[in-house]
Amino acid sequence: MGSLWIRLPVALRYTLLVIAVLLVWQGYVSISHVQKLLVASPIDVAHSLVADFQSGQLTKATWNTLQTLLEGMAIGAICGFVLASFAVFSRIGHDLLTVLSSIFNPLPSIAILPLAMIWFGLRPESIVFVVALATIWPVAINTDTGFRTISNTTQLAARNLGLRGWRLVIGVLLPAALPSISTGLKASWAFGWRTVVAAELIFGVAGSAGGLGWYINNARYYLQTSNIFAGLVVISVLGILVESIFGLVERHTVVKWGMKRAA
Amino acid sequence: MISSTTPLVSATGVSIDYIDAGGRRTTAVEDASFNVQCGETFVMIGPSGCGKTTLLKAIAGFLRPARGMLLVEGQPAREPGPDRAVVFQDFDQLFAWRTVRDNVVYALRVARKMPSGAAGKKADEMLALVDIARAAHRYPHELSGGMKQRAAIARALALEPSMLLMDEPFGALDAITRNQLQIELKGIHERTGVTIVLVTHSIQEAIYLGDRVMVMSSFPARVREIVDTRDATDIESTHFAELTGRLRALLVHREEQLDQPDRAAL
Ligand SMILES: Nc1ncnc2c1ncn2[C@@H]1O[C@H](COP(=O)(O)OP(=O)(O)O)[C@@H](O)[C@H]1O
Ligand SMILES: [Mg+2]
Repeated sequence: MGSLWIRLPVALRYTLLVIAVLLVWQGYVSISHVQKLLVASPIDVAHSLVADFQSGQLTKATWNTLQTLLEGMAIGAICGFVLASFAVFSRIGHDLLTVLSSIFNPLPSIAILPLAMIWFGLRPESIVFVVALATIWPVAINTDTGFRTISNTTQLAARNLGLRGWRLVIGVLLPAALPSISTGLKASWAFGWRTVVAAELIFGVAGSAGGLGWYINNARYYLQTSNIFAGLVVISVLGILVESIFGLVERHTVVKWGMKRAA
Repeated sequence: MISSTTPLVSATGVSIDYIDAGGRRTTAVEDASFNVQCGETFVMIGPSGCGKTTLLKAIAGFLRPARGMLLVEGQPAREPGPDRAVVFQDFDQLFAWRTVRDNVVYALRVARKMPSGAAGKKADEMLALVDIARAAHRYPHELSGGMKQRAAIARALALEPSMLLMDEPFGALDAITRNQLQIELKGIHERTGVTIVLVTHSIQEAIYLGDRVMVMSSFPARVREIVDTRDATDIESTHFAELTGRLRALLVHREEQLDQPDRAAL
């Protein structure tokens, strides 16, 4: 049995397990007659998914969440990158990064949301702000580490070609630090994704511009349990999708170049 | 073969210091004087940690001498540049994110401002010269150590430097690969006439490749003697054996004896 399982292609193994989980879930709901208000069956969830994607409600919520996340991540990543570059080239920059990341990194950025709501009001800017705060530190810390751990010989070889200043940074230091930078971006995506959903749940009421968190909260309000599940499914699937995009990009860059082991 | 014009490198009383984080100063090279003539292969040999790399880095422009005068082509050694192309011992001198050919093309484009067509042509020529054309489209991590060094030599030669600075380029290779690359480097030197400053701690390599061998003592490095090894190319010859004995004797001197080099030599 064990050896047969190993011989199956990995995609098939995972698919079979997902089907098994769905069957157990469906079986439990059908047999136990648990209240539909408490647990929706996979079939009900599928119906809700189809209906709400068709009506455009889920599409819009998904799009809103992704847009907020990307805005926040872009701001956070750029700030993190600038901070790390500053840290590499000056002592005060290094100290600043150490102090700021020590203060803010342990702080779940979702805890800043109430403050952000006071500053920005009940607008998407508040969520963008907390997402940016969640993503800046992983990018800054990892980029800094990346720059610092570039092999000395690689740097000497670059300077030997006469490279200096920003041409040295763009031409050699940046690609040499890419494995760490990509680790930082992955971590910042993971933080950002959790933060955006959590913020939207709390935010709840942001009207038509609501994202997936708002969609789930809304479904709870109307006791549409299967829609709650549908929202969760979309969040999970999107997470898997983005993870695999990261994996794909890495496989065609840093892994191909032998700078990072395949995950 | 050696021209009588100004030496390519001229060191007079050069000392090089390192200053550590605590501000303490250690002298790695002390009072070194030597010339490198155009077209020759000048070898620096000395025990590990004696300061050979330090001296080479100063010629390359990565370090500034604390005292003395270090002239390159008659001028004080400038910032690092492609006129003094360096081949390092470490394999990570190649850019991991570029193929072998791209490493050479990129170097030509940034250091020589060549358009990509001309750079590609030159790169192919150089890869053929060091016999690595078949691996042109591989990434550095897919190469053996010997192939990486070939690629690094191709990249350095492509720049048409006025000198090639090589820091134990074959030090991390197995004996067979090392021998083969030594033979090929000699051939390349004969064909291109490029001036080579080679750091090694192998006596055999020094005599075989070098026109002159500068023996250094450790630490801080001082020049013990510069030995002419020009006509020793046949490893089997008695001349080669004599030179081997002579260099070995110079290298095994203990620190105490260094204070009285004249008496020790008697
Ligand atoms: N960056 C550095 N800071 C301080 N000391 C150094 C540094 N690099 C080398 N040294 C010291 O200088 C001496 C000579 O080093 P090096 O030139 O690398 O020797 P070699 O190449 O002959 O083996 C060694 O004792 C080494 O410890
Ligand atoms: Mg060395």
